[in-house]
Amino acid sequence: MKRALLSTILIMSVIALSGQYQVGDLAEDFRLKNVDGEMVSMADFPEARGFVIIFTCNHCPYAVAYEDRIIELQNKLRPLGYPIIAIQPNDPEVEPRDSFENMIIRAEEKGFNFPYLLDEGQNVYPRFGATHTPHVYILNREGSNYRVAYIGTIDNNWRDASAVTVNYITDAVEALREGRTPEVTNTRAIGCTIKTR
Amino acid sequence: MKSIRKSLLALAIMWAGATGLSSQDIPVIDFDSFRPIIEQRNDTVYMVNFWATWCTPCVEEMPDLLRFAKDMRDSKFRLILVSLDNPDHMESRVKPFIKRFEIEERVILLDDPDANRWIPIVSGEWSGAIPATIFFSDNFRHFHGKKIDYEGIKEIVVPHLKR
Repeated sequence: MKRALLSTILIMSVIALSGQYQVGDLAEDFRLKNVDGEMVSMADFPEARGFVIIFTCNHCPYAVAYEDRIIELQNKLRPLGYPIIAIQPNDPEVEPRDSFENMIIRAEEKGFNFPYLLDEGQNVYPRFGATHTPHVYILNREGSNYRVAYIGTIDNNWRDASAVTVNYITDAVEALREGRTPEVTNTRAIGCTIKTR
Repeated sequence: MKSIRKSLLALAIMWAGATGLSSQDIPVIDFDSFRPIIEQRNDTVYMVNFWATWCTPCVEEMPDLLRFAKDMRDSKFRLILVSLDNPDHMESRVKPFIKRFEIEERVILLDDPDANRWIPIVSGEWSGAIPATIFFSDNFRHFHGKKIDYEGIKEIVVPHLKR
């Protein structure tokens, strides 16, 4: 009995330590520097009903392939109360193309209409459990809490936007707005490993 | 004499074609066509590596993969390299890469953009980040979801090699 209790505690603490969000978990707020120099937190958007957090970066071809689609998504989802916040998780020492300076350049070139934050010190992405770019987490606001409602990819064709038949993000947001659980809550996609030292 | 030389030349070309040295044709296939490759089970140990020319850690580990495959040439071991490059980059990036690294192993370009469908079939443990490698034979299966080196490969493969 004692042993069972001990191993339960051990398992629970391992889960707590690894801190990788699963659908249904509550996500902690963050405070990271945006390309405009301002610090950004989810708490800065009191009117938001939730967030689409996208771990993405400059250098990864899969991330680049989605840039225009993310801009479009922001146009569509912000008015619905689910703004996009992009977070660049790579260590710029390992991948200089993802330096803060290069993030500013890319955001200007593409006209990013969403915050593009640097995960300085790389404390935020491990908490989410992001493994690659792009990697999406949809959060739904419940009072002052943010509950993870979807983890995965953007749509079902990274290479050709015109060939997309399933839009996982917009489908999930639509469901959340109607107070439903999204039909698909977990998807996977090929992406670039998050770069660390 | 001349005809002998000619046929020697033809043989040489055929040999180069057969071993695939830099001149290999790289099949571009979708997951359904690719699937039998990772579902074959026999006494050979297969190492199937998912990579791309733009993926820095993939490029970094490539020399170790190739060196291991070379050292295992007389064993029941086979390395298969699965490129996830954009097929539009076949001539501009994939083929030059194969030439530069003198790759003689089998290379396939997997072109199937609905990765959510097939990633879990390759491995339930795979998040989708590359590099990723699966090892298997008729009696084991192992997934490795990050960069690997020569010693790491050896540790996984050697205990399962059959004579």
